[in-house]
Amino acid sequence: MNKCIERLYNGIIKENPTLVLTLGMCPTLAVTTSAINGIGMGLSSTVVLALSNLMISLLRKVIPDGVRMPAFIVVVASFVTMVQFLMQGFLPSLYDSLGIYIPLIVVNCIILGRAEAYASKNPPIPSFFDGIGMGLGFTIAITILGAIRELIGGGTIFSDGTNALFDLSTIGYTPASIFILAPGAFFVLAFMIAIMNRIKRKKGMKPAEVPDYTEEIEEAKAEAKNN
Amino acid sequence: MGYFSQLLLIAVSTAIVNNVVLSQFLGLCPFLGVSKKINTAAGMGGAVIGVITISSAVCSLIYDCILTPLKLTYLNTIVFILVIAALVQFVEMFLKKTSPSLYEALGVYLPLITTNCAVLGIALTNVQNYNTAAGLNIGQKLLDSVVSGLGTAVGFTIAIIIMAGIRERNEFNDVPESFKGMPIVLLTAGLMAIAFFGFSGII
Repeated sequence: MNKCIERLYNGIIKENPTLVLTLGMCPTLAVTTSAINGIGMGLSSTVVLALSNLMISLLRKVIPDGVRMPAFIVVVASFVTMVQFLMQGFLPSLYDSLGIYIPLIVVNCIILGRAEAYASKNPPIPSFFDGIGMGLGFTIAITILGAIRELIGGGTIFSDGTNALFDLSTIGYTPASIFILAPGAFFVLAFMIAIMNRIKRKKGMKPAEVPDYTEEIEEAKAEAKNN
Repeated sequence: MGYFSQLLLIAVSTAIVNNVVLSQFLGLCPFLGVSKKINTAAGMGGAVIGVITISSAVCSLIYDCILTPLKLTYLNTIVFILVIAALVQFVEMFLKKTSPSLYEALGVYLPLITTNCAVLGIALTNVQNYNTAAGLNIGQKLLDSVVSGLGTAVGFTIAIIIMAGIRERNEFNDVPESFKGMPIVLLTAGLMAIAFFGFSGII
């Protein structure tokens, strides 16, 4: 049981996929025009992540090492297709606003990353909780991002188009709509990560780094030249 | 409006106006991960142009000639991702065997492209925009898809090369401690996105 709680803590705080590992940037930036979109995207990714981690962990001794990536992709893509149809049936308005980013959960690096790094090496129950922890970490981060963008760029929080939990326009706030548009996503996330970096620096931890493949490519190039 | 100018319109709108990285947020992983140096960024751009163009053509054909007649269009996500992964692997093997110099220049980027969401994203958008559109024959659908794939990939290349140029200079700047690394790169991308908004009036 402790192992499961440790997994949840790891996913939500210690290795938060968005703010610490900076994985899965595409949906993080693309769908967070409102807090509700953030929750929708986050929870559907969580479902896919938890179920695919469970499935991959159950199959980890059956899948041959050489074809593990394609096998993982098939598992993830099947769950994504199921989530896509459930959402289309029961939450059509959310389905419309998330659009193409629902099928693109397949190529979210958080999911394949966890399958490769954790689920393919660990037993089913911890893997399931690892998926839930990572998914909730992702959900919380993108919901905050969505709420900030919605508040500054639209003047509301948790608005569903007609009703909002909180509406700034009643006190005469003029929304800065650039925060709903593409550049706002980059700016708000940059400030969120900068704040996390500051907190981490005070605690003596390493700041978030830009994933970098330049060296990897140069090594592959040198190898290709030698052959 | 003639068919040719319609194709031109698709190319300009996908490459510049709706830039794949800066306004649709697809392909951010390679955009952030391979933009440290202009050389590697340009190589990545070249490889992406090749892969997206080929995969748009293949996915469009598969959708029209296999999935639609068999009424399996609901499987498009699974089929496309597998086709793209296999295609990338195949192109890599082909380049390695036939042209070592081309492999060295572009092939080494291919493993990073397999799970690039821009490739799958474009295949899916093409299906939504062109393959299910009424009044187009298979050839037109194919050509539309290829042109939009090519335009998107050129847009990606433009964005990643500009980004690499800015990052090469940024390295010597005095950035506040907390903004070092990821935040300053994201702020740069945000400013580039504002600049690309300037194009939105031309179509």
